[in-house]
Amino acid sequence: MNAYEIVLKSREKGRPTAAKYIEKMVEGFIELHGDRRFSDDAAIIGGVGYIVGKPVTVIGIEKGEDTNSKIEHNFGCAHPEGYRKAVRLMKEAEKFHRPVLCLVDTSGAYCGIGAEERGQSEAIATAILDMIRLKTPTLSVIIGEGGSGGALGLSAADEVWITETSTYSVISPEGCASILWKDSGKVAQASECLKLTAQDLLELKAVERVVEEQGFSDAFFEGLKESIAAFFEGQKAIPADTLVEKRYARFRKF
Amino acid sequence: MNFEDLKKFFFKKPKNALEGTDESSSAQKPAEAAIPDKLAEKCEKCGKIILSDEMRDNFGVCPKCGHYKKLSARDRIAMCTDSFEELFQDESGKNILDFPGYAEKLEDLRAKTGEQDGAVCGAAVIGGVKCAVFSMDYRFMMGSMGHTVGEKITKAFEYATENGLPVVGFVLSGGARMQEGIVSLMQMAKTSAAVAKHSEAGLLYISVLTDPTTGGVSASFAFESDIIMAERGALIGFAGPRVIEQTIRQKLPEGFQRAEFLQKKGFVDLIVERKEMKEKLAALLKIHCTEADA
Ligand SMILES: [Zn+2]
Repeated sequence: MNAYEIVLKSREKGRPTAAKYIEKMVEGFIELHGDRRFSDDAAIIGGVGYIVGKPVTVIGIEKGEDTNSKIEHNFGCAHPEGYRKAVRLMKEAEKFHRPVLCLVDTSGAYCGIGAEERGQSEAIATAILDMIRLKTPTLSVIIGEGGSGGALGLSAADEVWITETSTYSVISPEGCASILWKDSGKVAQASECLKLTAQDLLELKAVERVVEEQGFSDAFFEGLKESIAAFFEGQKAIPADTLVEKRYARFRKF
Repeated sequence: MNFEDLKKFFFKKPKNALEGTDESSSAQKPAEAAIPDKLAEKCEKCGKIILSDEMRDNFGVCPKCGHYKKLSARDRIAMCTDSFEELFQDESGKNILDFPGYAEKLEDLRAKTGEQDGAVCGAAVIGGVKCAVFSMDYRFMMGSMGHTVGEKITKAFEYATENGLPVVGFVLSGGARMQEGIVSLMQMAKTSAAVAKHSEAGLLYISVLTDPTTGGVSASFAFESDIIMAERGALIGFAGPRVIEQTIRQKLPEGFQRAEFLQKKGFVDLIVERKEMKEKLAALLKIHCTEADA
């Protein structure tokens, strides 16, 4: 697959969304709602449950599956209240020394009047700042589109993993082609130039691990679940301050 | 502020060579080159011919229409500090992703501006208080943040943390440097981590948002400060106005995403006129350096 084919694949209809990952990997999931400031943003779902018997907080950007649920979840484009909910749940996890798993799948944070009025910039900035200093283990897995600041808001983690046909990029290839070359026909070229595929990202050290998708079979979810549990088990042995210092170094290298 | 000092620093190049400002609606067409250098210039807003001396004396504010001309990183520093010593000036980026045309673009801008990239950093004194300063330059791809800009700003925060200094940051940016791809995005996290460490050391950070402050920079260190100051009329937002209009398919209301709008919505501590900026910064620094329990 070339980069543009991967871009299309990362957005493909029928691809499992965050809710599916939670259903397949998290036992006894209890969803927790709202940012306690303004409202409950359905583009970001979060809550608590168990992965292989160990408590975790899970926060996912949810695109929705059918048309109705896509609309309900705003196509996975979060408003400021979504990022504020995520931060609230991360802080709750920190208090109880519970690791945080983020599932990232968004074309980007929402662009609109309400989002700007309620401080989209401030909400994402605060999410990055708080997540990067969180004193509990964190892992972000990009499961579809990792769209710019909207994805980074939930990806300032100890490690970032990506499934093999997902992307992570500073801008959509469409945006890049139209801004830089004033030619929306050059999307395929932009996809290559942006180095947004899982393999490119691994080489650039923007992700630590590429997860094989195995057609999103039960074996895939089972394997990912085991890997996540093992990762958190390892991270738990590290003192919180060291964890934060290691995270600093992870991002300092860029 | 001493006007004679100001003149020495200000506007060595009266011609305005705005770079492609991807997201900023405030971009104006460059003034025509017909006017001789240094004597007079054309206001980019009202089009009136203004004597360059008069423009300088007025802090780069058009005396006819009140339009704020964009300031280079160094002009801004000169206007707002008592003294300044540059640091990390050797930081210089490369074409990390081999992005087509980017290396040539960098070379061209370096020749044109005399800067290595879009940020100038150093140690400064403002109103007698020592601080670390960073300032972003519109002439360098509208202050977009790639590796070099992110690295210099991170180093400014690390320097301030090591030396127990406050940070004053003059923010101007259209957002991420897309030619650096994911490396550009990672600068948001890298700078944020440095801001957090500085803050945990109990040190003050004042961000000064100028026109424009949008995109990735707005969603990182611009909004992570203790005090957010904005210059009057500055465009501040996550998404650029054109992107929003395309998304929602309607015109945005007058004044949307301007500094005054953000203050009304609760996201900006104070709005300052350009001519009072240094004085306000000095006053805020002084209050924070005075022991409350002394
Ligand atoms: Zn004018």
